[in-house]
Amino acid sequence: MAKKQTNDDTSQINTMNSIPKTYKNYINGEFPRTESGRYYSVEALDGKHIANVGLSTRKDIRNAVQAARKAQASWANKTAYNRGQIMYRIAEILSGRREQFTNEMVLLGYTKEAAELEINACIELIVYFAGWTDKIDQVFGSVNPVASDHFNFSRQEPAGVVGIISPETPSLLGMLGLLLPNMVAGNSQVIIASKQFPLPSCTFAEVLATSDVPAGTVNIITGLKSELIPPISQHMDVDVLVGDHSLDIELRVMCELESASNMKKVYFWESFISLEELNSSPNETISTCVHSLKDPYHILHVQEVKTTWHPISE
Amino acid sequence: MSEKKLSDQSTRSNQPSISIDWSYADAPESTSHVTFSKHYGLFIDGSFTEYNENQSFESINPANGESLYRCTEANESDVDTAVKAARKAFKGTWGATSGTQRSHYLYRIARMLQERAREFAVLESMDGGKPIRESRDIDIPLAAAYFFYYAGWADKLAYAFPGKSPQPLGVCAQIIPWNFPLLMLAWKIAPALACGNTVVLKPAETTSLTALKFCELLQDVGLPDGVVNIITGAAKTGEYLVQHPDIDKIAFTGSTGVGKVIQQSIAERQLPATFELGGKGAFILFDDAALNEAVEGIVNAIFFNQGHVCCAGSRLLVQEGVAEKVIDLLKKRMQHLIVGDPLDKNTDIGAVNSKEQLETIQRYVKTGIQEGATCFECSGSLPTSGYYFPPTILTGVSQSSTVVQEEIFGPVLTIQTFRTTDEAIEKANNTPYGLANGIWTDKGSKIFYVGSKLKSGVVWSNTYNKFDPTSPFGGFKESGKGREGGISGLHAYVKLDHNGGMY
Repeated sequence: MAKKQTNDDTSQINTMNSIPKTYKNYINGEFPRTESGRYYSVEALDGKHIANVGLSTRKDIRNAVQAARKAQASWANKTAYNRGQIMYRIAEILSGRREQFTNEMVLLGYTKEAAELEINACIELIVYFAGWTDKIDQVFGSVNPVASDHFNFSRQEPAGVVGIISPETPSLLGMLGLLLPNMVAGNSQVIIASKQFPLPSCTFAEVLATSDVPAGTVNIITGLKSELIPPISQHMDVDVLVGDHSLDIELRVMCELESASNMKKVYFWESFISLEELNSSPNETISTCVHSLKDPYHILHVQEVKTTWHPISE
Repeated sequence: MSEKKLSDQSTRSNQPSISIDWSYADAPESTSHVTFSKHYGLFIDGSFTEYNENQSFESINPANGESLYRCTEANESDVDTAVKAARKAFKGTWGATSGTQRSHYLYRIARMLQERAREFAVLESMDGGKPIRESRDIDIPLAAAYFFYYAGWADKLAYAFPGKSPQPLGVCAQIIPWNFPLLMLAWKIAPALACGNTVVLKPAETTSLTALKFCELLQDVGLPDGVVNIITGAAKTGEYLVQHPDIDKIAFTGSTGVGKVIQQSIAERQLPATFELGGKGAFILFDDAALNEAVEGIVNAIFFNQGHVCCAGSRLLVQEGVAEKVIDLLKKRMQHLIVGDPLDKNTDIGAVNSKEQLETIQRYVKTGIQEGATCFECSGSLPTSGYYFPPTILTGVSQSSTVVQEEIFGPVLTIQTFRTTDEAIEKANNTPYGLANGIWTDKGSKIFYVGSKLKSGVVWSNTYNKFDPTSPFGGFKESGKGREGGISGLHAYVKLDHNGGMY
């Protein structure tokens, strides 16, 4: 009898091991539910329910922007060397959890090959940008030979708080393509996750939370872009908005229009890739995508140039 | 206004009173070698269109309020003709012109400007009211320097953008303000042409003269027709230009209010655009600074060009311990500023650019006083005709005061105090603007600490209002987008592979 009892316990533990995860927002280093209490259902290709994901609102955006503003200086004030190390650490952690990401992506309709290639590309891209933190000023800063007795130099400085509108696909590479240049720039950000593929974005928050990235530097919000873009583009404490050309033209125009309220800088990258393209020729599409993302000029878009003058005299 | 008596005290403190007249004799700059037409057409496709009285407006000399010349108000079809000319040149002659050839044209323009510098300086002062000393020593030589600097880039662009092969954007629509007319023209046209673009430029309606004279110079240089088109007019003309469907880029310098309207109006087209907008620069004066030098710095920061400077140091933040002394020194120094005829070589502060601007300044000072500020104005008489405003300081203001938050664009300085370095930084950054700030201290490490925390595109330490073609200029936050000057200034006029233009 006693033996049988033990077997029952084991089977219970096995059930516990496969409990589904609750996907939540990531704000200020914590995982709060959306203030709205609303959700949408994410289903696998076969129609099986996978998760309820929050339909966030203006209030969540406001909380996230507040956290981002508070965190911005603590991220930017770290030495470039340190920021590079923290970003490299993100790659390390992601590398250790690649299986989890691959599984989530496959659940949502990726082929296994495409999912694996995308994760590898993400890790490669993080390492690439980690290396830029202490080089961007050297390549793009300048000492300016002014025609007077002044020492004059220009540096690349963070623009501040950035709203990132993730492309729908590729699910993780798309978000990172927009996020990483901003992290190098020293900005803090509020990311609106892919509506279609929110799981890898939410899981990436766990990677960030364990990678020494200061709380609030990166905040990730799930929900409908049509509901979240108005509050973020109207927010007077957001300095930059970035997205890509796959975003509906009406929403892109809205970003430009609303951004005039405080002269936000708005940048739309070229379109990323669709899931169909990804699945049909993953090798080629991923490598083209990574090639165009590996571009330090993306960092310059989200920085401000600061020029300092100082007299030279005895 | 009882504070005006201070001037008497300063005279009294000058030791033995000898009765010598220390006032300056008149020293007017000659206008005899300067010629300009009484009326102008538009400069399109290499020549001036015919002037039409029914489609014209008047430009006033603000120093005396008299009419100076009339020019044409470009309408929608004129703007269209200008853009078409620029497009034709871009597709044709200019597009086929090599970087080396472009650089030679720009060098020649720089040289011609240097040769005719005095003429342009006098015209600038007559048209805009700025002191001849400034137009002669700063505006015109700097305008030439910008052409000279960007001339050299035209055949070296690949080195400015590592890993890229920069391409021109096309037809650039450029709108400039009235505070530095020819200099702003140079900031716009020189980098645009160096990168291979063609331009349609609209000067401000109160200061078209040097832009129109510049067209004569272009004809002398033999710049291909249509590469530079100058259309005069006011807001409506600017709107036609911005709305034109065949432009590839907008570069605007002016008020933040108009900048926002332009950004909204081009939202659907998502055009590359650079903005150089307003500012509310702080002049942070620490107690360890050399105070007499700093006072000279303050005068230069706020009274340069009648305070019509987007990057003016219009907010003095002075450390509490030295505040009284600094304000006293500043008041004494202000009594020696000469407000008067812009063409007089002794004039420190010339005429306010227009009646409208004078009224804006007066309104702001009134608002400041209503909100509790104490006003101190330079004593001394102002010319009886024309538009003048005396150098003014407002004390007893708070961070939320209208005059602290909003750009006045006149010779009006607000004064606040601070105790700690971080409080100074907090106050300096606490406006919607982020164009320029100044730091005055003898401590080098403090300069870098404060400078790194200021949210502005320019930081002047122990100096103020310095400009140079090699030095990028432009703002954070609501002060704009993009930079002018230096390598950054080229970014605004090129398309890079992969992802289009920077701006």
